[in-house]
Amino acid sequence: MSKAILTRRRLLGIGAAGASSLMLGGCDAFDFLGDRSGNVRDVLKKANDVTYYVQRFLIGDALAPEYAESEVRQGQKPNGSTNPTSTEYLALKANDFADYRLSVTGLVETPKSYSLAELRNMPSRTQITRHDCVEGWSCIAKWTGTPLSVVLDEVKLKPAARYLVFHCYDNMGSGASGPNFYYESCDLADARHPQTILAYGLNNETLPVPNGAPVRVRIERQLGYKQPKYIHTIEAVSGFAAIGKGKGGYWEDRGYEWYAGI
Amino acid sequence: MALAEEHHQAKSAGRLVYRQSVWTRATHWIWAISLFFLLLSGLQIFNAHSTLYIGQQSGFAFDNSVLSMGAVRTPEGLAGRTTVLGDQFDTTGVFGVSGTSENPQVRGFPAALTLPSYRDLATGRVVHFFFAWMLVVTLLVWLIASLVNGHLRRDLAPTGRDLAHLPRDVADHARLRFHHTGKYNVLQKLSYCIVFFVLFPLIVLTGLTMSPGMDAAWPWLLDVFGGRQTARTIHFVAMMLLVAFFLVHIIMVFAAGPINELRSMITGWYRTDPETKRDSAS
Repeated sequence: MSKAILTRRRLLGIGAAGASSLMLGGCDAFDFLGDRSGNVRDVLKKANDVTYYVQRFLIGDALAPEYAESEVRQGQKPNGSTNPTSTEYLALKANDFADYRLSVTGLVETPKSYSLAELRNMPSRTQITRHDCVEGWSCIAKWTGTPLSVVLDEVKLKPAARYLVFHCYDNMGSGASGPNFYYESCDLADARHPQTILAYGLNNETLPVPNGAPVRVRIERQLGYKQPKYIHTIEAVSGFAAIGKGKGGYWEDRGYEWYAGI
Repeated sequence: MALAEEHHQAKSAGRLVYRQSVWTRATHWIWAISLFFLLLSGLQIFNAHSTLYIGQQSGFAFDNSVLSMGAVRTPEGLAGRTTVLGDQFDTTGVFGVSGTSENPQVRGFPAALTLPSYRDLATGRVVHFFFAWMLVVTLLVWLIASLVNGHLRRDLAPTGRDLAHLPRDVADHARLRFHHTGKYNVLQKLSYCIVFFVLFPLIVLTGLTMSPGMDAAWPWLLDVFGGRQTARTIHFVAMMLLVAFFLVHIIMVFAAGPINELRSMITGWYRTDPETKRDSAS
């Protein structure tokens, strides 16, 4: 019959060896995956295309969950840029954004621009939603704004338009080719989604500067970095290869996924 | 493949039996690789916000945290502090603050446990989601194959007799006394079943609950797990349980004979004990 083939000492030795090999596991053997242009990373990134197509199929037009007033238990946590310092923005802020214009350009039939007052006089939508940061935290807040679809119906997208690019006032730091302003992009499914709004109100007040005044985009079925603050221009494009470093957003240009529904 | 048939022949000689089908072996090793990368990239992702909460959201103006790794400044320098359910521990060097004393780094888990070793959330996410797909797809392949070839019913489902022998099996394990037959013993069956039918579904579904896209598609996920932040906490706890399973699993492989166990997981062939009594496996 079987016998005890293992002494306690041997067991402890094995345990220690196992634990130390686990500790060594991370090390820096796989740091090459951090190389943004690495071949292996390119293969791994393909999984995100699968995520995009599968999620779009499963989600359809479904709305992001909305919450009760009682779930608004704190202010919206500001993150990223909280106080843009570009000359243009400071001038607008000094005048309480009375001179602000939101331009809609690119592949549209009738380019337009809107003042804050004009946006406020258009149909509005208010929603209590959960903001999920890519870092892992969540914060529930009440957002009020103009549905982007209302604006798109006015300017009429040309058939070649496939994405919207949002250009922002916040300078994220200077690169080799000048200042890097924040920008983001979304496809038309998100652009026309009923919860996608140009938000000018937060928790029953005017949208404050740390949260993106005067206007930020809410794309509720994606992570926070897809919801640009301080926007001044919406540009309809057929592709975004020529913008920034070509990946469709400030963080995308730095290795984050363009589709951030996960 | 047919464990039971081979089993009764294995009485006399301590002969080799074909224990693991190619489906079981291939998926086993893909999981091993996937879980390794999922763990290290997951800890990288955790480090981007090294606090866990209960509820829909993260309390910044109120406290609903259950675990937090952070740093405090002390006269001796930076010190790591880990708070678990309100109790604070000094974890300098491991959690909260790690690295060398000349160059301490403020980070939840230390560099040796994250992928990449340095702070890089974007890469952690790329790696994590690739291997998450690998895990889910191979789990489905394994499930279908195991239903078709009978692995589930024949080898994994504990029988009434298994359960009756549970106390004896526990006692045998406690004395590190192992029986090598073609069959899994009842503790093995139960732990594999817990991993496959509790921990894997739990960690996959709580992972999906953290996805704002999936919360739109399947809002019931939030109700099942009590909110996105609770799901993040459960995801973390399930990770710890899988790590615990892994450690016991490796210890058991060594204890039960690493060569034989590894051979059966690579080639499928497993050497049984000579003169095994029919029921000693269970």
